Formats: sequence, structure tokens, C-alpha cells
Amino acid sequence: MTIASLIDTPSELTDAASSKTAIVLMTRIRLARNLANSPFPGWAKPAQRDAVLAACRDAVQATPPMKRCLSVSVAELSELERQILVERHLISRELSDAKAGSGVVLNRDQTFSVMINEEDHLRIQVLRSGFQLKKAWSAINDLDTALEERLDYAYSPTLGYLTACPTNLGTAMRASAMMHLPALVIANQMEKVVRAVNQLGMVVRGLFGEGSDASGSIFQISNQTTLGESEDEIIKRLGNVLSSIVEHELNARQKLLEADAGKLHDKIGRAYGILQNSHLLTSGEAMNLLSLIRLGVDLDIFPATSRSVIDRLFIEAQPGHLQHAQKGRFEAGQRDLLRATRLRAEFANFARPAFTLNNNNEGQN
Amino acid sequence: MANPLKCDLCTKPATVHLTQIVNNKVHKVDLCEECAQAKGVTDPSGFSLADLLLKASLNPEAPSGLRCESCGFTQADFKKHGRFGCPSCYSVFKGMVEPMLDTMHKGTAHAGKVPQKALARKSLHDRISKLELDLSEAIKSERYEDAARCRDEINQAKQSFGQTAER
Ligand SMILES: [Zn+2]
Ligand SMILES: [Zn+2]
Repeated sequence: MTIASLIDTPSELTDAASSKTAIVLMTRIRLARNLANSPFPGWAKPAQRDAVLAACRDAVQATPPMKRCLSVSVAELSELERQILVERHLISRELSDAKAGSGVVLNRDQTFSVMINEEDHLRIQVLRSGFQLKKAWSAINDLDTALEERLDYAYSPTLGYLTACPTNLGTAMRASAMMHLPALVIANQMEKVVRAVNQLGMVVRGLFGEGSDASGSIFQISNQTTLGESEDEIIKRLGNVLSSIVEHELNARQKLLEADAGKLHDKIGRAYGILQNSHLLTSGEAMNLLSLIRLGVDLDIFPATSRSVIDRLFIEAQPGHLQHAQKGRFEAGQRDLLRATRLRAEFANFARPAFTLNNNNEGQN
Repeated sequence: MANPLKCDLCTKPATVHLTQIVNNKVHKVDLCEECAQAKGVTDPSGFSLADLLLKASLNPEAPSGLRCESCGFTQADFKKHGRFGCPSCYSVFKGMVEPMLDTMHKGTAHAGKVPQKALARKSLHDRISKLELDLSEAIKSERYEDAARCRDEINQAKQSFGQTAER
């Protein structure tokens, strides 16, 4: 398997049949693990990094879920391939910038990825579309147990899994959800949400861009602490926070419609017009327009089947994916032209908006 | 506190004062203008409080001669990188780590998953090394009955080691 074939293979995120999930786009869990008798990657000598890479690659490839997988070292990847993997949330920016002796192992549907020699020897990740914290935990727990049969993990009974940075000690787990929160953004309530969520020991980050004006209104919410609580407790607490954010978003949508449905419909209708007709679109603008169309789907203005198209475009409108589709290099200035061309083509056959007075009942599951 | 507050990261006077509640504990971080800018503190959602607390909790005036035997890491290296050198560093720098954990995490003791298989393998491995030591002692002092017993036990242990390794 090559990266190119992987990109064109149906994946959990770009072809999720389960894109019925309106507000939580994706669930992700990452576990940090280290080998007992080797220095952490940032402090290891090149030969030590290579030895860890080889040992971890073998162990990962021997586990049942990774039997048919792609295992590559970062050095083998072109800059474009690395960028595409970052855009698909399969590797981190840190790994993409890593020195020699780092690698990644990916399974075919891209639900699992194991980064080797990032900040820790192993960063095991599972991705699931929608709100699936428990399923994601059970999947990654099994993979981790299978790895543990082959690798001696650095572990202390009191500090848990030992990690390069003390902020990850204990479970060494980051569980997160990617949420689409357009109404909270339009109603200027995101700052309040960020503050409240922080106080509950969770972190909010904009997915595209920073803070509360992230483009696309997509945010990632994750646990801040890892020591002193079990994985189940962390997941339960995060799940409760996510459910309450979903509720706030739904309330905010209801209020926007009650206060001025015309204003909201105007935003959505204009987004549709721009996506069908524009010739230059920056990444930020494209994300915001797609976000409004996605909100329109949730409000029954567009058919529910088009939600998965939007979710795919959120990823495919990113620079690396655009360049890959173009099959060749293009100048930075051409990027916005290319993005608009791509979106015009997608929206030429997109269902027309159906604004009715009934659009104020939610198309929720 | 008569002195003006100093920045937690450098020694300049602090002008930015942050209070955040994490896990029902109140944390205060004081920063100078420059460090606040550098850490992105002006955007309250974009910075990681845990990272700041980590740096702030390192007392800059208490260098120690501690050095990790396994990897050569020193306390000064930790201040520079904010990361440790190897798993053994955690026992070497225990005194420095423990106070940090309290501000950084919900608790100070692990309550999650235990790598049962890896631990079982390790204890078996330790047992075999000890028996091998006993064996050579017994041979040296010509206690042949003891030596035979050690050899049997080693073989037994190795057999079950093979089993756990295969599974
Ligand atoms: Zn400062
Ligand atoms: Zn060390």
C-alpha cells in the first residue's frame, strides 16, 4: 500500500456512512506509550531512535488490527504526503517535522494510526466518525493490550505510564471530540463555553485557526489531565461535557431561528450562492461557507444525505488535498482559484436550498 | 507579599495575572508582558495552562547535582526542554516531579490501566535472573543439590515465559 492509494481509499472520515451525526463530527483517542529501557525520542541518539523505530514497527504490524497496513518512515514521505496525513488527522505536525528515525503505521480505513518517535516512542490513535467515545476506547484499549504482549512499556505503579512530559503521566490518554458549533459562534457564546469547559478540566481548541473565532466553527474538546483518574472516568466526564455542549448548541440554533429566521436563512442562502459562483476562496472563507451549508443540512434546508459531502469537503479543501487532486505543483496564489473551482464543481449539482417555515424544527437525531 | 510579583518564567516584573480553576483547585500564574505574548496568553483558549504551570513550578534558584545514571539527563536539561530524558529520570528527579503533579493533574496517583502482561513478563524475567545468580553461587560453593533445584526452577520459569511471550 502507498500513500497515494491510501488517499483514494474510502476512510472513516471522508466517507463516513455514519455522517448522520449532526454536531460531533469525530471522536479521537490517543495513548502515549514508551519502551522501558530506551531514552525518550527527544533525548535519544540517532542509533537509539532507529532501534526503537524498528522494534515498534515490527510490534505494531504484528497486531491483528494492523495486519494489512501501511508502515512508512517520515523521511520516506514527500512534503505533500506529510501534509495530507496532517490534514486527515493521521499524524501530528510534530511528527511531520520530525528528524530521522520517526515513522507511522496506518491501517487501511485509517481508523488507527500509530506514530513512532514523536514526543513519545508510541502515540497510538483511534479515529471514529461521530460521537463514539466508548467504542473508540474499547478499540484502542484492545490494540494497546495487543502491543503490550510484544513491548515492555515504561510503567510505574504510582505514576502510571511514563511519558516524556509529566503533563501526560498516568493514563497518558487524550480523548477528544471534534464539534461543529456554528450557532454558538454566531450568537457570540463561544468564549463563555470555552471558559466553562476549562473550569471542568477540559480544553477547547479551534480546529482551523485559534481560539473562539476558528474558521468553520469546528472545535476540538479534550481532557486536560491524565493522572489520578481512570480512563473510564475521564471518558465519562468528557462525554458529559460534550452532551452539555450539544444541548447548548441546539438551544442556540433554536434561539437564532426564533429571533430572526430570515437573517439565518440569508446567511445560508448566500453561502450557497458563493460556493456555486465564486472564483477565489481562501481556506478560512471556504470553511465558514461549508459550515453554514452543514448547518443548513441540520435545519432540513438541504437533504441529510449531503452532510457527508460537506464533511469530505472540509478535508479536501485543505491545501495538501487540493494539490494532490491537481496532480502537480501550483503557486500559492493559485490555491484560492483552485479551491473555488473545485467547490463550484461540487456545488453545481448540489441540492437547492428549500427554505420553508418549518425549517425551525431541528433535523436532529 | 510586599515585593512586586515577578514573572514565573523569567525575572521581569509580572503585569499579566491569570487565575484559572482546574479540578476545583485555583491556579495563579504571573507573567511579564513578553512572556505572556510569547505564550499566546492574550488568547485565553489558545494556551495550555498545564504547560505554563509546569514551567512556573520549576524553582529557578535550586539547581541540584542530580543526574540520571541511565541517560545522563540533569535538572538543568529539564528546565531547558520541559521533557525528561528517559523513564528512569522519574525516580531520579522524584523530588522535583511530585510537587508539579499536584498542580498539573487531578490526583497524584495512577488510577487507570495496568499493563498486566508486560508486568507479568517483567517479574518472570526478574525471577529468572535471580535464580541464575543463585545457581552460579551454588555451583561455586559446591552445593550441587541446590544447584539442581535452581536449574529445575529456571527451566520451569523459562517455559511459562515462552508461553506468555507467544500469546
Ligand atoms: Zn517573563
Ligand atoms: Zn534518564
